[in-house]
Amino acid sequence: MASIFQVIGAATAAVSSSTSFDTKKFQLCSRRSVSERKSSFVVVKASGSNRIGSRADQLVTNAVATKADTPPAASKPGHELLLFEALREGLEEEMERDARVCVMGEDVGHYGGSYKVTKGLADKYGDLRVLDTPIAENSFTGMGIGAAMTGLRPIIEGMNMGFLLLAFNQISNNCGMLHYTSGGQFKIPVVIRGPGGVGRQLGAEHSQRLESYFQSIPGIQMVACSTPYNAKGLMKAAIRSDNPVILFEHVLLYNLKERIPDEEYVLNLEEAEMVRPGEHVTILTYSRMRYHVMQAAKTLVNKGYDPEVIDIRSLKPFDLYTIGNSIKKTHLVLIVEECMRTGGIGASLTAAINENFNDYLDAPIVCLSSQDVPTPYAGTLEEWTVVQPPQIVAAVEQLCR
Amino acid sequence: MSSATFSATTAGPHLPLYTTRARSHDQNPMFDPLKKSASFLGSSTKLSFNSTTTTKLTRANSVARSPIVAVSEVKEKKSKPISNLLITKEEGLDLYEDMILGRAFEDMCAQMYYRGKMFGFVHLYNGQEAVSTGFIRLLKKEDSVVSTYRDHVHSLSKGVPARAVMSELFGKTTGCCRGQGGSMHMFSKEHNVLGGFAFIGEGIPVATGAAFSSKYRREVLGKADCDHVTCAFFGDGTANNGQFFECLNMAALWKLPIVFVVENNLWAIGMSHLRATSDPEIWKKGPAFGMPGVHVDGMDVLKVREVAKEAIDRARRGEGPTLVECETYRFRGHSLADPDELRDPAEKAHYAARDPISALKKYMFENNLASEAELKAIEKKIDEVVEDAVEFADESPHPDRSQLLENVFADPRGFGIGPDGRYRCEDPKFTQGTAHV
Repeated sequence: MASIFQVIGAATAAVSSSTSFDTKKFQLCSRRSVSERKSSFVVVKASGSNRIGSRADQLVTNAVATKADTPPAASKPGHELLLFEALREGLEEEMERDARVCVMGEDVGHYGGSYKVTKGLADKYGDLRVLDTPIAENSFTGMGIGAAMTGLRPIIEGMNMGFLLLAFNQISNNCGMLHYTSGGQFKIPVVIRGPGGVGRQLGAEHSQRLESYFQSIPGIQMVACSTPYNAKGLMKAAIRSDNPVILFEHVLLYNLKERIPDEEYVLNLEEAEMVRPGEHVTILTYSRMRYHVMQAAKTLVNKGYDPEVIDIRSLKPFDLYTIGNSIKKTHLVLIVEECMRTGGIGASLTAAINENFNDYLDAPIVCLSSQDVPTPYAGTLEEWTVVQPPQIVAAVEQLCR
Repeated sequence: MSSATFSATTAGPHLPLYTTRARSHDQNPMFDPLKKSASFLGSSTKLSFNSTTTTKLTRANSVARSPIVAVSEVKEKKSKPISNLLITKEEGLDLYEDMILGRAFEDMCAQMYYRGKMFGFVHLYNGQEAVSTGFIRLLKKEDSVVSTYRDHVHSLSKGVPARAVMSELFGKTTGCCRGQGGSMHMFSKEHNVLGGFAFIGEGIPVATGAAFSSKYRREVLGKADCDHVTCAFFGDGTANNGQFFECLNMAALWKLPIVFVVENNLWAIGMSHLRATSDPEIWKKGPAFGMPGVHVDGMDVLKVREVAKEAIDRARRGEGPTLVECETYRFRGHSLADPDELRDPAEKAHYAARDPISALKKYMFENNLASEAELKAIEKKIDEVVEDAVEFADESPHPDRSQLLENVFADPRGFGIGPDGRYRCEDPKFTQGTAHV
C-alpha cells in the first residue's frame, strides 16, 4: 500500500502545477474579439437562447448550471484541504446528519481506506457503521443493496474501481433494476464509489475506466468528481439521492489542494460545471483530463484561442442544457476523456450531441480518448495511452482552422 | 418440550462445531458436537460421516444411473410415530391451507400459461410446498424473505394476496410489481418479500443485506427490540456458486440474523446435483464457515417446521445464521418450458408418494386434528381464492404507456437535464411514456 501513496505523491507533482489553481481566475480571463479568430465562419447566435434562459429560472432552480458550482467569492475564509479530505468531510457530514448512512468496503474501517477517504471514521462511528468487509465484491455490493432496500443508505467502496467488475452482476441486475422490477416498491439509495483511471504505472488491471462499462445500465446515475470542491458536493449529493449513484474518483487526483467554503453546500448531480467560459471551441471533459485540458488551454490562450471548457461531471445523464448552450455559442466541439475509444463516454456524448445539436455544429465532433489498449506498465507507453496536452492543442488548432 | 438441538454436523470427527472457543459466550449450548439429539427430526443420522450410505453418494458419479438409486435409498425414511403432537389444530389447518394454496395456485398457473395468459419463464413449486410453508408461516410480517425465480409460493406463504401474484403473472398493472417484474421478480414491500431473482445466487447477498439492516437497527440505531430475521431460499445448484459461500462467510462472521435455506430438489434444470457437486451434502458447508448445518426431510412439513423454529429463534436471539438443507423434489419440470425427460420416472414416483400435502393430511387425521370435512372446506375455499385471483387478473387493465418510464429512478431527476434546460421528467411526454430519455 505504501508504494501507492508514493506513486500518487510523485504523480501529483506533475499535475499540481496546473491544479492548485483558483477557479475564479479562469472566469476572469479576457475574451478575444471575434476578429482575432482564425476561423472564417460567421457566428450565428441562436435566437432562442435568452428566452430559454429566462424560462429556466421559473423551473427547478438548480437546472441552470454554472453559477452555483464554483466556490463563491470568499464571504467567509473557507479552509484548504486535499481532495480525499474533502471526500471524507462530505462523508462525515452526511454520516453525522443521518444515522442510516454507513460505509462498507475493503479496508475502510481500521485501515482508514486505502486512499484515506474513510480515515478516522471507524473510530468515531464504530465497526458496524464503517464496515470492513472480506474480499467479496459481488457479495458485499449485494449486501449493500439489500441493506438499502431495507432502509439503510450504504456507501460501497471499491478499493479500486476495477474491482467492481466483480460486482457487475449486483450493480447491473440489482442496483439498476430492482426499483423498476419491484414496481417502485423498493428504492436503492446506494453510493458506489472508488478510485479509477490511469495512475502512475499501476499496470493494466489497476488502471481501468469503468464509466463505459456501467453507462448502459438503466436506473443508475454516474458522476465523476475532479476538484475538492465538487468532490465534497457530489459526495453529499450522491448520499442524499434516492437513486443509486456511482461516484468515480481518480487515483491521481486525491492530493489536489483547494480552498473550499466552510458553510455546507451540496451540488447538483445532474449538472455540468463551467470551468472556463470561452468563444471559439467547446471542450467537454471530466475527471483527470480536465487538468490536461486546462494545461492545454494555457497554451491555446497564448496562441490566441479562446476555448470554453466544461467539466461534464454527470456522466449519466448528460447535462445537455449546459453542453447545448455552449455548442450554440461556439459551434465546435472537442471531447477529451480518459475513457476508452470504443463505446466510451465520449462515444455516447458524440451521439447525444449529434442527435440534439447537429444544426449548430460547424464541423464534426472530435473525440480524444485513450487508446483501446490495456494500460501498459512502462511509463512511456502509459503516457501514450492517455490524451496529453499537446494532442489537445493540436486538435483545437485543427478544429478551428 | 426441549428445543430441538442441531446434532453434530461436523465434516470430520475431530472438528468441533465452534470454530473458536471465543464463541462459547452463547448461553444456550445448542450445538454440542458430542450430543446426538434424540429429538432432532432431520435425517442427519442417516447421512452422518460414518454411514455407509454416504460412500454410495460420493461414488455415484462412477456408476451409470445409480445416482438415482443411491438417492432414493438414502432419502427414504419411514415415518416415525410422533409421540408429542408437534402442532395444534389451528397451526395444522394454517399449514394445510397454505400448502393447498401453493399447490392450487401453481396448478392454475400451468393452466393459464398453456392458455396464453402468461408468458416467458414460469417456474412452478409443486412438491416443495413443505419448505415454504414450514419456514415462512413461522415468520412475522417484518421478517424478510428472499427467493429465486421459483418464488410464487414463497410470496403467497408470506402473505402477498393471490390476486396480486396472479395479476403480476398476467402482466397487469394491478400486479404486486405493477406488471413490471413478472414471474421471476415478485416483490412486496408490505410483506417484506425482497424478490424474486432470475440469476441464481444474486438474491443471497440481498438477503444478507436485509439481515445486516436488522442488526444495524439494533446496534447502531438503538432499536433494541429489532429482531427481524431474513430467510433466503435457493436451490442445490446455487450451493455451488461463489455468492453462496461469500455470504455464508459474512453472515457467520457478523452473526447476522439470517437462515440460509437450501431447497435441494436434486436437479438444476437437467443437471443432477450429484453430477455437479464434489460433496453433495450441502449441510456440511455450514460448519466450514462456522454455523450449524442441518439436513431435514423437505417433504415433511412438520420436520421442516421444527428445524425452522430452531433456526429462526437462533437468529432472533442474535446467535447468527444457520444453513438448512431441505431435501425436497419438484413434481414438474424446471419450468413450464422444460420437457422434463431426463429424470427417472421411478424417482418421480418415489417422491410423488411422499407428497407433503398427503403426508400432512394423514398426520392430521391420525391425530384427530381435523376431519375430512374441514379439510375439504379448506380446499374448496382455496379453489375459490384461486378462481377469484384469475378473474381479477383477467379483468385488470394492462399497463398504460405512461407507466413505461416511471419507476426507473426513485428520483426521476436521474433522467437528467434536457437541451431546453428543464429536467426531462418535467417534459409532459414523460408522463405519457413517449419522451425520449
